[in-house]
Amino acid sequence: MKKLSARRRHPLAALVVLLFALAATGGLYAAFAPADKAEAEPVAQSLAIEEGKKLYAVGCASCHGTGGQGTTDGPSLVGVGSAAVDFQVGTGRMPLQQPGAQAPDKPNVYTQAEIDQLAAYIASLGPGPVTPTEEQYSPEGADIANGGELFRTNCAQCHNFTGQGGALTEGKYAPDLEDVDPKHIYEAMQTGPQNMPSFPDQVLPEQEKQDIIAYLDTVNSEDSETPGGFALGGFGPVTEGLFAWTFGLGAMIVVAIWVAARTAKAKKS
Amino acid sequence: MSTTTAADNRRKAPRGERVADWADGRLGIYSLAKTNMRKIFPDHWSFMLGEVALYSFIIIILTGVYLTLFFVPSMSEVEYHGSYVPMHGIRMSEAYASTLDISFDVRGGLLIRQIHHWAALVFLAAMFVHMMRVFFTGAFRKPREVNWLFGFLLFVLGMFTGFTGYSLPDDLLSGTGVRFMEGAILSVPVVGTYLSMFLFGGEFPGHDVIPRFFSIHVLLLPGIMLGLLVAHLILVFYHKHTQFPGAGKTNKNVVGMPLLPVYMAKAGGFFFLVFGVIAALSALFTINPIWALGPYRADQVSTGAQPDWYMGFSEGLIRAMPGWEVVLPGGYTLALGVFVPLMVFPLVLAAIAVYPFIESWVTGDKREHHILDRPRNHPVRTGIGAAWISWYLVMLIGGGNDLFAIHFHLSINAVTWFVRIAFFVVPVLVFIATKRICLGLQRRDRDKVLHGRESGIIKRLPHGEFVEVHEPLSQEQLHTLTQHEQRKPLEAGPEVDENGVKRKVPRVQKLRAKLSRGFYGENTQIPKATPEEFKEISSGHGHH
Repeated sequence: MKKLSARRRHPLAALVVLLFALAATGGLYAAFAPADKAEAEPVAQSLAIEEGKKLYAVGCASCHGTGGQGTTDGPSLVGVGSAAVDFQVGTGRMPLQQPGAQAPDKPNVYTQAEIDQLAAYIASLGPGPVTPTEEQYSPEGADIANGGELFRTNCAQCHNFTGQGGALTEGKYAPDLEDVDPKHIYEAMQTGPQNMPSFPDQVLPEQEKQDIIAYLDTVNSEDSETPGGFALGGFGPVTEGLFAWTFGLGAMIVVAIWVAARTAKAKKS
Repeated sequence: MSTTTAADNRRKAPRGERVADWADGRLGIYSLAKTNMRKIFPDHWSFMLGEVALYSFIIIILTGVYLTLFFVPSMSEVEYHGSYVPMHGIRMSEAYASTLDISFDVRGGLLIRQIHHWAALVFLAAMFVHMMRVFFTGAFRKPREVNWLFGFLLFVLGMFTGFTGYSLPDDLLSGTGVRFMEGAILSVPVVGTYLSMFLFGGEFPGHDVIPRFFSIHVLLLPGIMLGLLVAHLILVFYHKHTQFPGAGKTNKNVVGMPLLPVYMAKAGGFFFLVFGVIAALSALFTINPIWALGPYRADQVSTGAQPDWYMGFSEGLIRAMPGWEVVLPGGYTLALGVFVPLMVFPLVLAAIAVYPFIESWVTGDKREHHILDRPRNHPVRTGIGAAWISWYLVMLIGGGNDLFAIHFHLSINAVTWFVRIAFFVVPVLVFIATKRICLGLQRRDRDKVLHGRESGIIKRLPHGEFVEVHEPLSQEQLHTLTQHEQRKPLEAGPEVDENGVKRKVPRVQKLRAKLSRGFYGENTQIPKATPEEFKEISSGHGHH
């Protein structure tokens, strides 16, 4: 103790005490306060809702109404849940650029924090599907083969065998799923955006959604393997036929003209 | 050639001669070789389109034999545990599993599969353009009508061989195609159900379809095609090859080079070039990646499911046809939405097959023709051919309507309506346009004959006028541009007979005369330059 008392007038003593005090209060707070999450969150949550409401008034209210009740230009957002907002705004589909057959995906202008705030506000209007966490949608360790089976049974009718997309009526379409963020695939299945039916957990459990995401990651992403060479877009016989005619037969005709031009005729030389 | 006598053995014949002698004594090939080895064939790149078809057919047979060594034509269900991880544990037919094995576990299997499939697409495409070359140059005229039919049959059989082959892997895409076919068969009134049960050995898909398609694909159809192909080639030899008009070329000779050595060398080299192009295509580009499509199950279906291009027009017919359905009293359904396209399908093909017979009947031309027509000199025939091609293309667009819609950001309904209207309108427009173009080209030919070729040299005359110098054509060119015959339409005969009594003209003859006027009557040809006109204009000094 002598040592300690000897240095008690040291110029840095105050700093050390301050550090101890901070560590003690911080530690105590960490030990007791977060034990009950519910006590802290409503504050942050209500802040997010406040902020979200402001963003909503600027970007969304003109079509969906000031309270999310919907207008003739846009549907009600009561009960769509935060997952729907995260999908629609995160993929750039909302806010809509112009009315049309379908909202196309486009570059997203909001930060993830802003999207979360918007989602918090919409979620506060009524209960709905919640934005999934990473362990919910991560394709790691999922069963790819089962995912393929599920995809062909439930999704291929509109999205094509490997998710290349397909046409629906009157200019609507099922989009290409190449390199879509796993979170957005999960949310789309959960919420059923636009013409897509929804696949809630009672129909397609979390595990099976992960299987589907893993399948798409294998067959239709930037690093999916094409053992047969260039895939020609993967659209099947239409592009293959077009290719066979233009490049296959085209090359044959070029070769034929070349062979015919190399003739043994005495006149030419 | 007889063998040398024992006494005459001062000189031993060279080895080649002895071998030839040995073979001739047993096979009698000398006379055959003598007549055919020096057979003359004319040279033109468009005469080699049929060769492309022939060589790709040979490539298909060679690669097909390799594939049969590993393919298991069976519908028995197995669980997959091969090299392709995304299919592990999936239940599938042995046919699909063995195709996966060919693609991933058999050495060179994927390359051979892709060569087989690309070659099939090129084969059909080559037959198509070969047929069009024959059509537009009038090479189908007497004596080659039967050979035209042989070629046509080869094309149709090729379509069905291709379709059965496309179905064999039993993947989700081809299974959808087979389901399509089953639907078409079911739509046949009265007997449809029986036909379907007969073909599939029970309810669709059953267990018989793959083994049956296998026999049809590797044995029945290729066997018939091989026979037809040999007959087709024998007839080409027998008739001799046609040639384009030109100096020194008549209906009675063939100007060109001998089969041996020129064409043997050329054709041999060309075979390897065709093989090389197809091999390069197959090594670089995926075709029918069945591993990504999954095994066929009757409860699954995908969008963007189309047949290979040669069956695409039938898909277009189905997609464009409104889904009409009539329920007859007693609960019998007529699925016209499927049955009408099924009936139009053979009509589309037959339209082009019977054309030579219709033309010879309408024009009354029963003479032999060995000199080809320049397409412009027969505007009506050329117009009909172009109209048929446009018709075919419209149906192809209909077959891929969803892909056209999605990739050009159109409404699929709009594309379908375009196809429905274009099916009737476009061939007519194309016919009119093609005929006009042909007549324009004829006028240009006439101009060239009378005034020469535009040289692009501008001359200034002493009084200041600028004129372009025209170069007269050579005798050869003049011959090529004027050698064709301009026919008169057939007449139905005089209205009255020699006694002034009104003659009864059969209705068929009247129709024939009317059609004939359509072929060779007014506005179907520009009178070609006559020798008198040519003399007048080239002797006078009024022409620049």
